[in-house]
Order: sequence, then C-alpha cells, then structure tokens
Amino acid sequence: MLRFAFQRLISLTLSLIVASVVIFAVVEVIPGDPASYMLGLNVAEDTVAALREELGLNVSPFERYFTWITGMLVGDFGTSYTYRIPVAELIGDRLWISLPLTIYALVLSTLIAFPAGIIAATKRGGAGDIGVMGFTQLGVAIPNFWFAMLLVIVFAINLRWFSAGGFPGWDEGFWLSVKSLTLPAIALALPQASILARVMRSSLLDTLDEDFIRTARAKGLSRRQALWRHALRNALIPVLTIIGLQFSFLMAGAIIIENVFFLPGLGRLIFQGITQRDLIVVESVVMILVFAVILVTFLVDLAYAWVDPRLRRR
Amino acid sequence: MIKALLTNWSVRIGGLLSLIFVAGALISFVWTPFDVETLTIKEKLQTPNLTYWFGTDHFGRDIFSMVMVGARTSIAVAIVAVGIGILLGVPLGLAAAARRGGLLDELIMRTNDLIFAFPSLVIAILITAVFGPGAVNAIIAIGIFNVPVFARLSRGAALSLWARDFVMAAQVAGKSAARISAEHILPNILNLLIVQGTIQFSLGILAEAGLSYVGLGAQPPIPSWGRMLAESQTMISFAPHIAIFPGMAIVLTVLGLNLMGDGLRDVFDPRLRRAR
Repeated sequence: MLRFAFQRLISLTLSLIVASVVIFAVVEVIPGDPASYMLGLNVAEDTVAALREELGLNVSPFERYFTWITGMLVGDFGTSYTYRIPVAELIGDRLWISLPLTIYALVLSTLIAFPAGIIAATKRGGAGDIGVMGFTQLGVAIPNFWFAMLLVIVFAINLRWFSAGGFPGWDEGFWLSVKSLTLPAIALALPQASILARVMRSSLLDTLDEDFIRTARAKGLSRRQALWRHALRNALIPVLTIIGLQFSFLMAGAIIIENVFFLPGLGRLIFQGITQRDLIVVESVVMILVFAVILVTFLVDLAYAWVDPRLRRR
Repeated sequence: MIKALLTNWSVRIGGLLSLIFVAGALISFVWTPFDVETLTIKEKLQTPNLTYWFGTDHFGRDIFSMVMVGARTSIAVAIVAVGIGILLGVPLGLAAAARRGGLLDELIMRTNDLIFAFPSLVIAILITAVFGPGAVNAIIAIGIFNVPVFARLSRGAALSLWARDFVMAAQVAGKSAARISAEHILPNILNLLIVQGTIQFSLGILAEAGLSYVGLGAQPPIPSWGRMLAESQTMISFAPHIAIFPGMAIVLTVLGLNLMGDGLRDVFDPRLRRAR
C-alpha cells in the first residue's frame, strides 16, 4: 500500500508541475506581454513599463515561473492588480463559499443517487427502473445553469421560499447561509446525481449477478438481506471513483452556477479577474482549482486501493 | 443492421429529435419567420402567440427564429470540436496500439492522463479568456478535451484487434503497422467511434452553451442558445418565456443525441443492453 501511495504521490507531483507550466504558459507567455494585455489599448509606453516593473516582468519567463511557483509553495500568490490586496487573501475569502457549495452539492448528489440507483437495480425492468432511468436521461441533458434559472423562477420568484441570489456571509448565521446555498447546490447536484444513479444501478446489477450473491441466496438469505449485506458493499467500489471525479465537475460547475446566483465565490472572482484583465488573479484561481481536482483524484485513488487491494499491484 | 437501427426506439426518438434541430439549423440559412438582427422595440417581450410562436425578447426579436439560428452555432461548434477529437485522437490511439508497450505508447497515454486530470471547463474558460471570447476559441477549448477521449477509446479497441488472426495474417503478408491500422483496425472500431462521437457531440453542445452563457462563446450578433439564456436572466421574473425556449432547445438536442448514442450502442453491441 505504501509503495502504491508513493507512486501515486510522484504522479500527483508531476501532474501539478505540468499543470503549473501549462497555466503559466497560457497566461503569461503565449499572449505576449502581460502588462500590455492587462492595460488594454491606447496606454502610454511608460505606464506599461511601470506595470512591467511592478509585476517583475523584466526578467526571463523561466525566472518568473520559478518565483511564481516558490511563492505559491509558501502561500504567496502575488498581489491583485485591481484589488491591490494579496491574491491569497482574496482566494481565502471566496473559498469559504465555493468549497461548502461543492461539498453541499456532492452530499445532495449522493443522497439522491443512492436510493434511485438501488430502486432501479432491484426493480429492474419495472416502473421504478423505467422512472429512474427516464429522469436520469433528462438529468444529464439539462444544463445546470438553465436548471438553476428554472429553480429561481419556481422557488424564489413564485413561491418565495429562497432568495434569487446573493450570500449573507457565514457571520450572519449558519442556517441563513446554508439556505442561500441550497438552490445553487440543487442545480449543481442534479446532473451529477443522474450520472451517479446510473453508475450505481449498473454496478449493482453486475454485482447481483455474481456467484457469491447466488451462494448467499442459497444459504437462505432473502434477496433484501443479500443486497444489503453483500451486494451493496461490493457495488460501491466503482461508485466511489465516480464520486471522486464528480468533485472536479462540481468545482468547475460551481464557477458558472455562482454567476447565476451572484455568489461571491471563486467562480465570480475568476470572471471578475477576466473582465478586469487581472491575470495574477486568473492564473492563481485556476491553479488552485486544478490543485484541488488533482488532490481529490489522488485521495480517491488511495481510497480505491485501500478498499480493493488487487489494485495496489497494478 | 439497418433494420435493427430503424426498429430501436432510442434510435428512433433520439434520431427524430436530433433531426428536428439539424433541419432547423439548415433551414435557418435560407428562411426564418423573422430576421434575427432586426430590432422591433414596439413588439418587445410578447408572450408566445400565433405570430411569434415562442414570443419575443426585450428587443422585439422573434425567439423562434433566434432558436433556429442558435442551433447553427451550437451544432457547428460541437461538430468541429468532435472532428478535432477524432482527427487527432484516433490516429494517436491507433499509433499507441500499434507500438503497444513502447515509448510512443507510454508517451501518448501519459499525456492523455494529464489532460484528463485537468478540469476541462476551467481550462476552456482560461483559454477563451486569454485568447479572447469567440466561437473559434470555444471550438479549440472543447476540441482539446475530445482528443484524449478518442485516443483512449481507439487504443483500447485496437489492442484487442491486434491479437486477432486476421490482423496477424496481414502482418505475415508484410503490411506495415500504419496500413494495418488504416485498412483493418479502423473499419472494425468505426461503430465504437460513432457511438462515442454522438456522446461527445452532446457534451460539446452543453459545453458551448456554458461558455456562451458566461460570455466566452460566440459573440453578438451571432445568436447562440447559451447567450440567449444569459441575456434572459435579468428578465425571468416578468418574462420567463425568454429563458424557457432556448433552454428547452438545448435539453431536447442533448437528450436526442444521448438517446441516439444509447440506441446505437444497443444495436452495435447487444451484450451491453442489460447493464445500462
């Protein structure tokens, strides 16, 4: 297990290095002079030169990359050009909205998908199965930002159960904040719950066909007992992987959903950075998101190998 | 095979839905009920009626006509993005399979793993943000992530074929790896590529809508479903129909393509039917 973890750790480090090189190249090298890009058209040459000096752009890209990377390792992401405060501070504030939203959506997605997948697999071919499969087919086809708009029309504008957008802040009360994240979390969770329910169904159907389930039934266990005691645990292995992968989809999806609900999270920050051409903010937020996704994939790999020892030998 | 395709319900319904939107997009080149670039302010925000089937937007433009023209953008972006994935991914996958276990195979597959590790939407946003919003950059951003999908699929399918007798016979006959890949492997994995192509096509439509919604896809005056939804957002409290119809267009197109993909897979490989 230790050897497997070490191999995965090397792969994680390599992925992070390549990711940082790609992000740095896309943002700072390929478009040409970042200072001219940030200031836009019709700007005096000395203003561009001053910004170039301020951002430390007068050194080679290699040196700049090295400074950027070593800075990030100690939590220094540089200073935002538009906000004039450290980017780490900006990210820290916004992470307290994006991360809880992602986790909230992941929990909802799992809570919806598990019973739906189990019902569909146990009632294969029946009304429950057809109903679940129909809903999941629709769920994967709906763009989450459109679903979010429909939720706003129904639950915020017509029923007035939730606010149409905004975030009061965790200081204003835990439940009030959770309430303002509920519609965004549902909008994010629906497509992922549909995918997860289908995986759960398919995995459970495969497991229910295995010999050990037949043996359990032959020993006298009822269908329900065999399902809960044996099938479910084994069917969970592929489901675990999908849950891990969903974290990355939810985190990325949150970028768009935050814009629908005007939530001041990382998604809003990245678009403000893009609009204001604040490249330092954009590259740092993208790097943080990529880091989060790669880290979660690493943790899922470890959990997967821990649950299924055969994988450690691959 | 054709009979099996025509009697499969998923293929029928999915094909019909997809056909409606493709036909709508094609017809929009020669005819739309109203001009989508003409602003008729006195007709603004009309709810669906006999003249304006889907109603009008805040500039008095006919939403039905805009949905028709918007289909062009979505379909064009998704088709080219899938094309990039197939044209680059399939040769890479076939080359990796032909040199299985070698340095080229390792290099191609590890690069694929790396691209898979990136959150695609975040990178697509980064690309379009730095190089400027627009349909072309959206195509590139979506297309890049299709490459590893097709590379991995072709490699996996080709690997099993390389062990088959007819491929060995071709090797004995002195055919090169490239010729075997093109003449014997590719025709045998075409079914898989068609199914995956349909799925990636529907994902491409969703991705284009997302990028357009945040302002990084096709730019005005080209109508796109995602931007229509973004423009409708401030008006959903008093004119929800502006948001309903472009959204329905996205859902029905994606649903149609997914159903068609499922149906095609059932017909091409009936063993998979039960598991899904």
